[in-house]
Amino acid sequence: MAEETILSVIDLHTSFTTDKGEVKAVNGVSFNLTAGKILGIVGESGSGKSVSAYSIMQILEKNGSIKSGQILYKGEDITKWPESKMRDFRGKRCSIIFQDPMTSLNPVFTIGYQLEEAIKLHTDRRGKEARDRAIEMLELVGVNEPQKRIKQYPFEFSGGMRQRVMIAMALACEPDILIADEPTTALDVTIQAQILELMKDLQAKLGMAIIMVTHDLGVIAQMADEIIVMYGGRVCERGTAEDIFYRPAHEYTKGLLRSIPSVDTMGQRLEPISGTPINLLNMPKGCAFCPRCDAAMKICLEEQPPETRTVDGHLAACWQAIRAEIDAGMIRAEQKA
Amino acid sequence: MAKYIFKRVLLAIVTIFIVCMITFFTMNAIPGGPFAGEKAKSPEVQAALEKRFNLDKPVGQQFVIYMGNMLQGDFGISAKTGREISQTIGSKFSVSAKLGIFAVLTAVVIGVVLGSIAALMRNRVPDRVIIFMSTLFTSLPSFVLGSFLLVIFSVKLGWVKAWSPTEQNLVLPVLALAAYPASYITRLTKTSMLDVLGQDYVRTARAKGVASWKVLFIHTLRNALIPVVTYLGPMIASVLTGSLVVEQIFTIGGLGAEFVQSITNRDYPMIMGVTIFLAVFMVTMNLLTDIVYKLIDPRITLD
Ligand SMILES: Nc1ncnc2c1ncn2[C@@H]1O[C@H](COP(=O)(O)OP(=O)(O)O)[C@@H](O)[C@H]1O
Ligand SMILES: [Mg+2]
Repeated sequence: MAEETILSVIDLHTSFTTDKGEVKAVNGVSFNLTAGKILGIVGESGSGKSVSAYSIMQILEKNGSIKSGQILYKGEDITKWPESKMRDFRGKRCSIIFQDPMTSLNPVFTIGYQLEEAIKLHTDRRGKEARDRAIEMLELVGVNEPQKRIKQYPFEFSGGMRQRVMIAMALACEPDILIADEPTTALDVTIQAQILELMKDLQAKLGMAIIMVTHDLGVIAQMADEIIVMYGGRVCERGTAEDIFYRPAHEYTKGLLRSIPSVDTMGQRLEPISGTPINLLNMPKGCAFCPRCDAAMKICLEEQPPETRTVDGHLAACWQAIRAEIDAGMIRAEQKA
Repeated sequence: MAKYIFKRVLLAIVTIFIVCMITFFTMNAIPGGPFAGEKAKSPEVQAALEKRFNLDKPVGQQFVIYMGNMLQGDFGISAKTGREISQTIGSKFSVSAKLGIFAVLTAVVIGVVLGSIAALMRNRVPDRVIIFMSTLFTSLPSFVLGSFLLVIFSVKLGWVKAWSPTEQNLVLPVLALAAYPASYITRLTKTSMLDVLGQDYVRTARAKGVASWKVLFIHTLRNALIPVVTYLGPMIASVLTGSLVVEQIFTIGGLGAEFVQSITNRDYPMIMGVTIFLAVFMVTMNLLTDIVYKLIDPRITLD
């Protein structure tokens, strides 16, 4: 079967108008999502992951807008779609679940009402049929006694259960794409693992593509088919999980890896990346990560690094990586001669 | 729920009993009485009147007699006019309540609509104008506003007829009564609406594909109105039972005016009657508020 690209984000720029000026949250992000695959987006908080996700759904806050770029869904640019058509995209073609399940469900409506609302919006199911579908979805995500639970309110559910309900709601209309914006960040570690397990299961059963947004590399290590590393609203590096974990080329990715515990670094001190995230009101001319980079060179200050193939064939936008590639190329050339 | 209501009703009865007791004894402790008036009466008449109203007996005994009669639904007659207390209260309250209901409805509609507009158009001209007006009206005492309305619209411009017993024109007194609660509800709605609009579940609703007007009316407004509902109970109670000031300005013979008059007259049965009526009314309103509160916010547990 040929791999079908279901969603292409091309050179996306999104910014917010604020009292202090224009906050450029996303600055030229591009990626392709293959049908049925899992794409991970990692980066520190503030790197523009959520804004990228909300741009796809067009659920940005009032002061935000897509400045340029395209978002192709099955080849159609949805940034050109009118709001009425976008309503059918949301929840039916593409769903999103959020970071904090405690606040993501409306406290004054029953779980059943909120699930059925989504079902009625996008399918012909009404009345009992909608209710049955809601119960079926709750069962699917592992909520016990769904007939009883459906009449309850969000406050009667734990955080993990609420996230299951969010997942049920997101998948009720069988979307092609599920965006999960830090779905486990607000949960306990044991619950985190359960939710991730559930998402993997459901992906295998239902076959939707997933965009898994997280600031925690560990979360997507075993899940993602492809990983994008973001910083300052740009993509720094992209590749398979192995590429990113074992052959990181961008200085920022290397820093991220040093800051998480792993078997390799056991016993060593973890090093958080020093310095503060960049000021999006005033983006540097060169590499966004340059002010915090230990290996910065003169060119890093002056020019944005283009995405370039690394020695092993994945992509990174880092002058150091480019230099390494040139060095390697020279060595190869020398060896040939 | 039924158990809760039962408990609250019991509590209400105790509250009302205590109110009765305090009112009865303080009322009697204040110097003077219903018949210590201006006109000198003959000792015989005085004695007969006091006997008729049980004033010749010890206060404790009077209280027992009063409570006994009251439990049988007999509130006695006015010491001034001789008319049935329950009838007087009924007719006076119907005037105050009619005014009050219109004022409450006006205040809620204006407050919720303007508050929502202010929230949705935050920091733009309509928001600024609405907030300026509401600040103005919350700080304007009702006697100033009432007099202004009367002088400008009725006397000077002649647009609206003033209230008279034969032609009960409600417009001006309703506006005077509604101004403060409307301003208050406007600000309450704006604050709470802004809070709710920023909530994650509103974003969830949009992300599901819910149309924006439905997001506003179904997912936002219901949550935003919770604080307004809690204010509604006490507000309805105070507006419906009549505002003395507004009733005086527009010379409306309502319950508010009646209450004050009964106190200056030392009309004991009337004071008691109105007090009990107001107490029952307040207690009922509070209970209703709690129940409505529970109905719109499932997180509230009534216990
Ligand atoms: N409504 C907004 N107004 C102004 N700035 C915003 C708004 N929403 C997000 N931002 C800014 O955009 C940047 C990226 O945010 P976000 O995408 O949420 O980061 P994360 O990668 O943690 O999800 C942050 O610096 C944030 O402050
Ligand atoms: Mg985020």
